[in-house]
Amino acid sequence: MKGLHEFLVSPAETARRHGPHDRIVMSSRVRLARNLKDAAFPGWAKKPERVKILETIRPAVESLPEMKDAFSEAMDNLGALDKQILVERHLISREHAAKSSGSGLVLNREETFCVMINEEDHLRMQALRPGLQLKQAWNAIDHLDSELEKKLDYAFDGDLGYLTACPTNLGTGIRVSAMLHLPGLVLGEQINPIIQSVNKLGLAVRGLYGEGTEALGNVFQVSNQMTLGENEPAIVERLEKVLSQIIEHEENARQTLLEKKTKVVFNHIGRAYGILANAHSISSKETMNLLSLMRLGVDMGLFPGAERSLVDELFLVTQPAHLQKKLSDKLTAEERDLIRADMVRERLKNVSRPVVKPQPNTTN
Amino acid sequence: MQCSICKEKPATVHLTQIVGEKMQKLDLCEDCAKTKGINDSSGFALADIMLGLGAAQEVEQAVGADLKCPRCGFSQADFKKSGRLGCSECYKTFSEGLSGLLKTMHKGTRHTGKAPEALRVSRENSDRLKTLQKRLNKAIESENFEEAALLRDELKKINERPATTTNLAQ
Repeated sequence: MKGLHEFLVSPAETARRHGPHDRIVMSSRVRLARNLKDAAFPGWAKKPERVKILETIRPAVESLPEMKDAFSEAMDNLGALDKQILVERHLISREHAAKSSGSGLVLNREETFCVMINEEDHLRMQALRPGLQLKQAWNAIDHLDSELEKKLDYAFDGDLGYLTACPTNLGTGIRVSAMLHLPGLVLGEQINPIIQSVNKLGLAVRGLYGEGTEALGNVFQVSNQMTLGENEPAIVERLEKVLSQIIEHEENARQTLLEKKTKVVFNHIGRAYGILANAHSISSKETMNLLSLMRLGVDMGLFPGAERSLVDELFLVTQPAHLQKKLSDKLTAEERDLIRADMVRERLKNVSRPVVKPQPNTTN
Repeated sequence: MQCSICKEKPATVHLTQIVGEKMQKLDLCEDCAKTKGINDSSGFALADIMLGLGAAQEVEQAVGADLKCPRCGFSQADFKKSGRLGCSECYKTFSEGLSGLLKTMHKGTRHTGKAPEALRVSRENSDRLKTLQKRLNKAIESENFEEAALLRDELKKINERPATTTNLAQ
């Protein structure tokens, strides 16, 4: 089998994938948690049992038509760098990256399906789509799950539904989530009340890499919290409604910034460009936060001719593992900061500094 | 009012989460609120916090700390440590203590979503049997014997069918 790096879609191509509302909604995801009937959950099972479970589940997943030519590997055969790349691509969780023997991963060619085996549950299957496509993602994973249930014996209870390791996932085992880019709400200082009201609706707001992470680059993940007592389409629809409101608030916030705080927002974007295009050493965190402002500038028409996909690609390739993968020597964080700055300067060589009069953006 | 986490300092941060008609409340002191990241802009989820405190104790009180899952050997103390269960059977073993927890955590306590195909068929069958039985009782009560006879025949037909799907439901 090919190595992970040869298998993965190139960052340039990933960044060019479009979906509805991708100005704000970077991606949609639906994940289902499933467990086998007669086995301990991964966190409690001993290693031989976990290995046995992996050996039962992996061939079943590989045999699905959706998984033709998939990348399938046991976690102990993946290096730390490869695992980190998968995390940076949002294909696996940080928790799964920490697993080794007895856990596995099956990822399809198009990177629209990714199944984690023996993460917190025996099966965590996810469907991924660019932009706002929650219904499509749900339909896709629903179908995959229905195929898989013919081959595996799931733990299911008539009253409690699909039984999961953590009671918070019980019932449908579903987590519907979208990754949102919300620089307008952050700059307009409206993000906290928005997060609070979203929380009050029983939805969770998290940072870029999920649970317990900070919102780097003004990227937030919104997802459902409750999984029992409501069916899947209702959960998807509830999240969709909330998302459409957040999108509206973000658009309004951007409009208000442009009209009432023009200097403030142009100042932020101009400085972001200035640093990115001229720095000789830059951390990944600063890069992300500045790229977020540049992305906002592209959306606002301040960079005529520049495409959003260039920013999105840089967002991915400047992250530590992606950067390290390009180089043969193992670098320290300080050395990476130099190389990162070189790379960003090079890629922004042909992007002119922001204009003062916004121009309608036709390239996106 | 005392902080619900440290049970020492006075609670000054009061959280309320409303979903549908249900309301959950949590009262925390400033320090605990900070360590739980409640002032953090990346957000928090009430269920995550609740799982870390009240939940495990609740289970303990209901079932006693010594109870162990007969299938996987998982104990109440293990749940307290990890917030995860040992196997699917644990839901039966600890069901008494879990029901309160599920009520606070979720919208309802009964699954209304997708079910594996084989179970769905048997569930539909048993639902149908139940309705037929009800109609039969009603027909007998109202002395509508003609309809009762028809219903009885229909019930008999379903019951005589080889029960391949019902086995899976067990």
